Amino acid sequence: MSLVLDIAWTHVRSRARQTLVAVAGVATGVGFSIMMAALMEGSQDDFMRQLIDALPHIAISDERRQAPHQPAEEVYAATKIYGLTPEERRRGIKNPLAIMAAIESWVPGAIAPSVKTQAILRYAGRDVGASVLGIDPHREPKVSALPKQMRQGTLASLFRASNAIILGSRLAEKIGARVGASITVQTGEGVQISAQVVGLFHSGVRQVDEATAYVLVKTGQVLARQTGLVNELRLRVADAMAAREIAGRIERETGYKAVSWQEAHEDLLSAFTIRNVIMFTVVGAILLVASFGTYNIISTITHEKARDIAIMKSLGLPEATVRRIFVLEAVLIGLLGGLLGWMLGYLLCLGLGSVEIKSPFMDATRLPIAWSPLHYAIAAAVAVASSVAAGYFPARKAARVHPVEIIRGAT
Amino acid sequence: MSALIEARRVTRILPGVVPTTLVHDIDLAIGDNEFLAITGPSGSGKSSLLYLLGLLDLPTEGEVLVRGTATARMDEEERAFTRLSGLGFVFQFHFLLPEFTALENVMLPMRALGRLAEPAMRQRSRDLLASFGLEDHVDKRPDQLSGGQRQRVAVARALANEPPVILADEPTGSLDSKSSEQVFEILRDLVDARGKTVVAVTHDLELAARMDRRVQLVDGAIVADERNPVPAVGRS
Ligand SMILES: Nc1ncnc2c1ncn2[C@@H]1O[C@H](COP(=O)(O)OP(=O)(O)OP(=O)(O)O)[C@@H](O)[C@H]1O
Ligand SMILES: [Mg+2]
Repeated sequence: MSLVLDIAWTHVRSRARQTLVAVAGVATGVGFSIMMAALMEGSQDDFMRQLIDALPHIAISDERRQAPHQPAEEVYAATKIYGLTPEERRRGIKNPLAIMAAIESWVPGAIAPSVKTQAILRYAGRDVGASVLGIDPHREPKVSALPKQMRQGTLASLFRASNAIILGSRLAEKIGARVGASITVQTGEGVQISAQVVGLFHSGVRQVDEATAYVLVKTGQVLARQTGLVNELRLRVADAMAAREIAGRIERETGYKAVSWQEAHEDLLSAFTIRNVIMFTVVGAILLVASFGTYNIISTITHEKARDIAIMKSLGLPEATVRRIFVLEAVLIGLLGGLLGWMLGYLLCLGLGSVEIKSPFMDATRLPIAWSPLHYAIAAAVAVASSVAAGYFPARKAARVHPVEIIRGAT
Repeated sequence: MSALIEARRVTRILPGVVPTTLVHDIDLAIGDNEFLAITGPSGSGKSSLLYLLGLLDLPTEGEVLVRGTATARMDEEERAFTRLSGLGFVFQFHFLLPEFTALENVMLPMRALGRLAEPAMRQRSRDLLASFGLEDHVDKRPDQLSGGQRQRVAVARALANEPPVILADEPTGSLDSKSSEQVFEILRDLVDARGKTVVAVTHDLELAARMDRRVQLVDGAIVADERNPVPAVGRS
């Protein structure tokens, strides 16, 4: 063992209780930092996963980002158009099959059409407003989690009756309809049909479960009075992170507005950035506070060991060597604290991961915990680095002492 | 051949509201194989002079030379290295590291210098301690040793890196007469058998009389410097 390590270890070991307090401080800091990072990243990952899983990666809608160009504008540079009343455009994406085929030819992933209308569902004298979505039961499973959310019936049940409808679980409760019931669907377009309930789904998100119903595309088109058109094409791409680029290309090629999930949830994603800034600040503060304990013990040791320092320096040990002894003691505390902190962090994560959370808006879930070696590495590295910084200043001060001053005083 | 340690017009004044003169105008040359006593009344500056000769303190004026090399302009690092490799110290109070055994204390300067391999250091430390009659105490910590034993460990540590000179500040001051005699015999032997130079501060005039040369200080200045007549062959 090297001389410096030997002396440092002896000092630390012979002050077991004080050292333990400092180590416990660092360990607590590291442990809670790891827990906090795991929880924050876990909830973020979980949220993203839900976003990516539950929602389409790209939604192509019949809107356009800019007002259509007028022929005059294209010919004359000086044209300015005011108060234009554009030609009334029929809503919807034309030729959905051709567009789907074109997109499928280059996008790795799946695509499904939908027609959306607002409607009043009526049963046993109760009226409830809901979004009625026309979907394709063959394509739908590839882009959404709906098949997994079916409580009764399957998507294919939509083919069973002529006007079949699948209701959200809470929606069905609200109007008191069960599978097999025949309900009335009335839209703002003035269309009214009677539909047979063939299934129920439960997504776990209250707003969805109490205000959504699914029918076949064909039925949806009848309800929306737009035969042959769809409102939306939803894409699920193999690489969710590439959605933004793919959406841009689709928009250029088709002219329809294509919104990636990132764009749709930009506000959320920037909220995550803010959350992370807050997290790093708090974690940094925790570790900083932990390093105060290290500073405390190192300066205590250097005071208690003033005589030993004088002995070593009078024998001719270089200043750098003496300084290194105390910095190394800080490193030892940092390392020990880091190791214990890893264990503590791991146990805290295990503990938190097993807690069940119940909320009225969501089904019971466990706290999402991200297991990342990076958290452990960063927390320990910061702990050791701040310990070194905390130990350096008392160590430097101690090593600078002129031995003769202490030796004179000792006589 | 240049003197082992030489002080040239050395003055040391402690700065302060009332500056204290510790020693002034010291001229002293110490050669090889000398056994020198520094005597004088309490507060006359004996310890102060020893610290200056041992490069622990810096003169305000004048120069201390080690083997002809001026030391005033050395940086702290070089002075530390000179102490480590060429000067051995024994203080009035034992000044051993309390958490280390006698053996480890003796090994400390060797490990800091790093010239020997670990087993060689261990062996040399054992031999040194054994030569001072401490073979049964190598693994004891200072608090498990008597005052005399501690002081002998301190002498062994001062010899660790084979310095040509040992500077001892009242090495027997805190010991009873038996231990005191033991330590004195060891120092005597270092001069006679190992050819070292020993400079020892003492206020015990009887001990001083048994040494080869006596330098007397009064109020920070040398008032007498006398040598025994050369007794036998081999002494210069
Ligand atoms: N830190 C200090 N501040 C002020 N004066 C000091 C200091 N250290 C020593 N002195 C003074 O310097 C003078 C010389 O002190 P030194 O310790 O060298 O004497 P000494 O001859 O070794 O005495 P003793 O035999 O008692 O050990 C003394 O008068 C002492 O009072
Ligand atoms: Mg003294």
